[in-house]
Amino acid sequence: MVERIGNYTMKLAGAPSVLSFAAVASKKESEGPMASYIDIINQDSMFGQTTWEKAESSMQQEAANKALTKAQLSPGQIDVLFAGDLLNQCIGSHYGLRDLGIPFVGIYGACSNMAESLGLAALFVESAIAGNAMAVTSSHFCSAERQFRFPLEYGGVRTPTAQWTVTGAGGAIVGASSMPPYVKQVSFGSILDKGIKDINNMGAAMAPAAAQTLTHFFQDTLTCADNYDLILTGDLGSVGSELLYELMERDSYNIRKKHADCGLMIYDRDRQDVQAGGSGCGCSATVLCSYILQSMREGKIRELLFMATGALMSTVSVQQGESIPAIAHLVHLSNRPDFN
Amino acid sequence: MSTITNAAYAQMTKDASPRTKVQQSVPLAFVFGGGICTIGHALINLYISLGLAKEAAIPTASITLVFLAALLTGLNVYDDIARYGGAGTLVPITGFANAITAPALEFKSEGYVLGLGAKMFSIAGPVLVYGMVAGIVYGIILYVFQLY
Amino acid sequence: MATFMEYMRAFVVGGLICAVGQLLIDYTKLTPARILVTFVVAGVFLGALGVYQPLIDYAGGGATVPLLGFGNTIAVGTLEAVREKGLMGALTGGLTASAGGVAASIFFGFLAAVVFKPKDKA
Repeated sequence: MVERIGNYTMKLAGAPSVLSFAAVASKKESEGPMASYIDIINQDSMFGQTTWEKAESSMQQEAANKALTKAQLSPGQIDVLFAGDLLNQCIGSHYGLRDLGIPFVGIYGACSNMAESLGLAALFVESAIAGNAMAVTSSHFCSAERQFRFPLEYGGVRTPTAQWTVTGAGGAIVGASSMPPYVKQVSFGSILDKGIKDINNMGAAMAPAAAQTLTHFFQDTLTCADNYDLILTGDLGSVGSELLYELMERDSYNIRKKHADCGLMIYDRDRQDVQAGGSGCGCSATVLCSYILQSMREGKIRELLFMATGALMSTVSVQQGESIPAIAHLVHLSNRPDFN
Repeated sequence: MSTITNAAYAQMTKDASPRTKVQQSVPLAFVFGGGICTIGHALINLYISLGLAKEAAIPTASITLVFLAALLTGLNVYDDIARYGGAGTLVPITGFANAITAPALEFKSEGYVLGLGAKMFSIAGPVLVYGMVAGIVYGIILYVFQLY
Repeated sequence: MATFMEYMRAFVVGGLICAVGQLLIDYTKLTPARILVTFVVAGVFLGALGVYQPLIDYAGGGATVPLLGFGNTIAVGTLEAVREKGLMGALTGGLTASAGGVAASIFFGFLAAVVFKPKDKA
């Protein structure tokens, strides 16, 4: 049963389980700290395909299939599939997942996709609309660059606040079970635009949305950072994370000691030239669906707030001089199903 | 988070965001740009020694640099140089050639006509448009005011 | 006989022009595309004023290789064409003078695009 708590949060009393999770990534991610936890790594970022877009679709397909295999489920046993990506009209997801034959609900939250899709999957299961629900998302450095920024061979210089789009995909299956990790609460954010126009500083554009969603969640649940082991953001990067701390402190919430950011975990910023950190839907998806959920299974993380953020602009809006609206969705995952 | 104004947040962002290290980027641009220009100058002298008049050697040298930039772009090397060179690789005519070759190469997957052909000018187009427009305006002024 | 000083002048002048471009990138919100446009239009302007040729005489490649030189070529070509053909020259001059560089960019860009493939930056 789903119960509304406060103004923005939903409590999933039956605490559905994440039955399985799988992550796929490529060369640059294989050279980072998360490498040993990722299920499938292909050094060739074309994944044997002829275009970058097909490569991204291939990653989604592999992530979805691996999650199914790990859960020992067939596609026919999944009642609904939530998926999306950064490409125009989400072709990464549509072409990658078209062979599964699962009722498909396409979503777009930019880099917040993993949290949005996971939250929706858990709510469908908890509401008994679905027995099993799957969430998949991806991003690819090359397909993102050619759509949002510059052709790969263009001699551009990256600014210190820029982030590196992760080439990766993650998938998770939610269902009723008595195995951790459990999804206990979900809070969807509203769009927030604080006037940032610099597309090379996404962290700054998204931090306010993250602060808003997190503050609303804390206020609804009457909790703070002390109640959780980890507050994990998707891809705020180094700049966005610092801004998040400062914004939360304005409301007397100190989250510095409990916070980590997937963008800062997927790559080693000292050895890998990634400026402010990793980004993209695949960033949070890859880190969550490998190291993080595995750590929860093993009891190393017990209470987790997974909050992925997304920047909701397009190349057109940017060229028209608009600022960047952002969004943050939060999923509370726990190692134990009870709420006391 | 409550009620921070956009202006206050913009200031907060500015304070938290690292700036490009000018003490690195400017000298690098100077060295790379000077280097490319020196190569261009050597090419001019080479063509003069091969018998070309100076007026012909200059554009021939530029065209040679265009060829080299297109080749290095195709060989996936130009972007590695430009990462350090910054404006030093962008401002010389090599930047223009790279800006034409890179999208042509990238968008080949969308076909030779609508991909390679159409997208070739997606970055460098404005240089031609505004360069031409400036020249034509100049020409009209010359003619109208009989300044030639 | 090319002297060391001649190459030094090309290096320094070319380097300084690029350094100005880098300062524009670092201190203004101008994107690379806008910087290129600024330089080419500035080149037309300086060429129109007649002050760019002395710089070419002084620095050779240091002045002709940067995009300012491309703008200057357009201006010089426009002046010559207006002298020869009147108003029609205003239209034809710039494009004709810069035809070599533009055609080369298109042709070599096309060849490179056909022969090669883009590569991931990982």
